[in-house]
Order: sequence, then C-alpha cells, then structure tokens
Amino acid sequence: MIKKDKGIAFNLVSRQKLGGLSSSDKLRFILNEVQKGKILVLEQGLTSIEQAKLIQQTMKEIEEDTFIGIEMDGYGEDKPSFIQRVFGIMKRPRMTVIGPAHLLKTVHKDNDMIETMIIPGKGVQ
Amino acid sequence: MGLFGKGSFASIIQRIFGKRHAKIGIYGPPNVGKTTLANRILRDWTGDIMGSVSEVPHETRRAKWKRNVRVENGHSSLMMDIVDTPGIATKVDYKEFMNTFGLSKDEAKQRAKEATEGVIESIRWLEDIDGVVLVMAATQDLFTQVNVTILGNLEARNLPVLIAANKIDAEDASPATLKSAFPQHPVVPISALTGYNAENLYSTMVTHFSKRRKKKRR
Repeated sequence: MIKKDKGIAFNLVSRQKLGGLSSSDKLRFILNEVQKGKILVLEQGLTSIEQAKLIQQTMKEIEEDTFIGIEMDGYGEDKPSFIQRVFGIMKRPRMTVIGPAHLLKTVHKDNDMIETMIIPGKGVQ
Repeated sequence: MGLFGKGSFASIIQRIFGKRHAKIGIYGPPNVGKTTLANRILRDWTGDIMGSVSEVPHETRRAKWKRNVRVENGHSSLMMDIVDTPGIATKVDYKEFMNTFGLSKDEAKQRAKEATEGVIESIRWLEDIDGVVLVMAATQDLFTQVNVTILGNLEARNLPVLIAANKIDAEDASPATLKSAFPQHPVVPISALTGYNAENLYSTMVTHFSKRRKKKRR
C-alpha cells in the first residue's frame, strides 16, 4: 500500500477536466490517481457503462499487496425531462467519490446522502 | 379447444408476439445467493444443479450456464439459457479470505486471482444476454455501487431486469424497502434456499422476459 507522510489527498475534479478526456483516458486518469493513494471527488461522475469498464480495468490491475481495488460511490444518473430529451440532453452522471479500497470505505448510501470514512489506521502515518 | 389450444388470452398473446427463447443472466454482488437461486431454478425445472455454494465470497469464479431450461407459467412458458455469473465487486483482497474465512495464503491468493477474472467475465457477459435476474440480499444495503452500476448498464442497454430480493427468510430482511427502492423494476421477494415464493418468481420471469424489446448494443 502507498504510505502517505502528510495524510491523504482529496482531489476535487471539475466537470471540465474529465469532460475534455475520452472515455478510456478518463478511466486511466482516475485509476492512476487512485493507485497513487488519492481520493477523487468527481463533480460529474461516470456513466454506468464507464463504471463497468472501470471495474473491469481495476480487476486487471489488482496487485496482491499494493492495490486491492477501488471504493466508488455516486448518485444515480440525472434523468432528463421530456423537453430536455427533445433538445438532445441525455442522462448525466452525478457527483461520485472514488478512492483506493484500502483507504476509503462507504458507511451508508441512500438517495440523498453518501457517507464515507477513511479506514482507521490508514490515514496519517 | 380453440385455435391456440387451451389457455388464457394472455398466454395466446405471448405465443403470438412474445419471445420463445431468452438468455438470462443471474447477476449480483458476491454472496447474495446467485448460485443458490440458479440451483433452485434448475432443480425445479430440470432436476439438475448449477454449482457449489459456500459462505466464502467468490465461490463462483467462472460463469456457468445451462441451456434450454423451460420455465412454465400456467399455459405459457419460456425456454431459457440460464447463466450463473461470478459476483461483481470493486475490490478483491486475498487477506480477507485468510483472516475471515481461514484459507491458507496460497488458496487465498489463487481465489483472489480467479475472482478478479470472474468479475471481468461477468461484465463481459452483459453484451450477450437478453435479460437479468439481479439478486440482492434483502438483509443488506441496497444502494451499493455494484447494484447501481449493474442496473444502470441494463437500463442503458434496454435489457429487462427482475430483482430477486433473496434471503427473505432471514430475521433482518426488509422486503418492503427493496420494493420501494427500485419502483421501475419488478421485485420478487424469495428465499432461494427454502424455495419460498419461487412460483411467483417463475411466473414473473416468464411474463417479464417474454416481452420483445429492442436491445441497444454498446
């Protein structure tokens, strides 16, 4: 596992940052950051298809003692109204938190609240 | 006997317009009872079983399938290929197999490696199925990201999904919460272990998966 001398980094990633990347570049960026031990809060998360690809990619990159996977939680996609669909506005992903599974744990999630915690003993070294 | 033989109007409609054959995936996170449910379905309709079950997560690490399982609902029926998929997870830690379930280090590492391959295979199967029975444990948190991701993928592909709220016989099960959590999909409380409410599941499978839909390719 990656040890942090100065605590754990939380990065808030803007919609524009991810929106400017292709789907595969987006997943690569996220996995690279998470493998460095960072927790990302994405202003606009991933589509469900991208999430499934991220899970697949994560499984390919699991390393026994250094990377056990990710913790990911976000709200369901925004469903556009009929008028919005007429103007071509499709489902949009919403805010999502992603971090390394050895650091981040989801405590509770419902439609209005995602409660996460840093796993005790994994914070400031 | 009429033109279509004995049967209700609904079964006649299904014979004319409905699907005759569908490939149905049994999906869900690890340890919610997917293989127990697959075994229940096969035992009830073919006398066979799909695979072994265990309290250790990721017991099913390769997709298994059984072709041509005819499930009946009154006078209508649907021929299904049942695919029992490995549990989908976002993390796999071999140490959990050692510390919680007492596996040796080598066994745990091997199980973890196969489990990661199983997750990849499960997601790949989404490309090739016609409908999903999404198994959730009525005793656990429903809004896990795995559940949300699977449901989102199925909706994006316009695949029919039926939620099997399993382990309904457990003391801490809350089927009412499950029904209200996903109002857009049929939810059937069931105990795959005891067979409780299996008949209701089968009739819902036949009616729900018989409907023709235009599948979206990704």
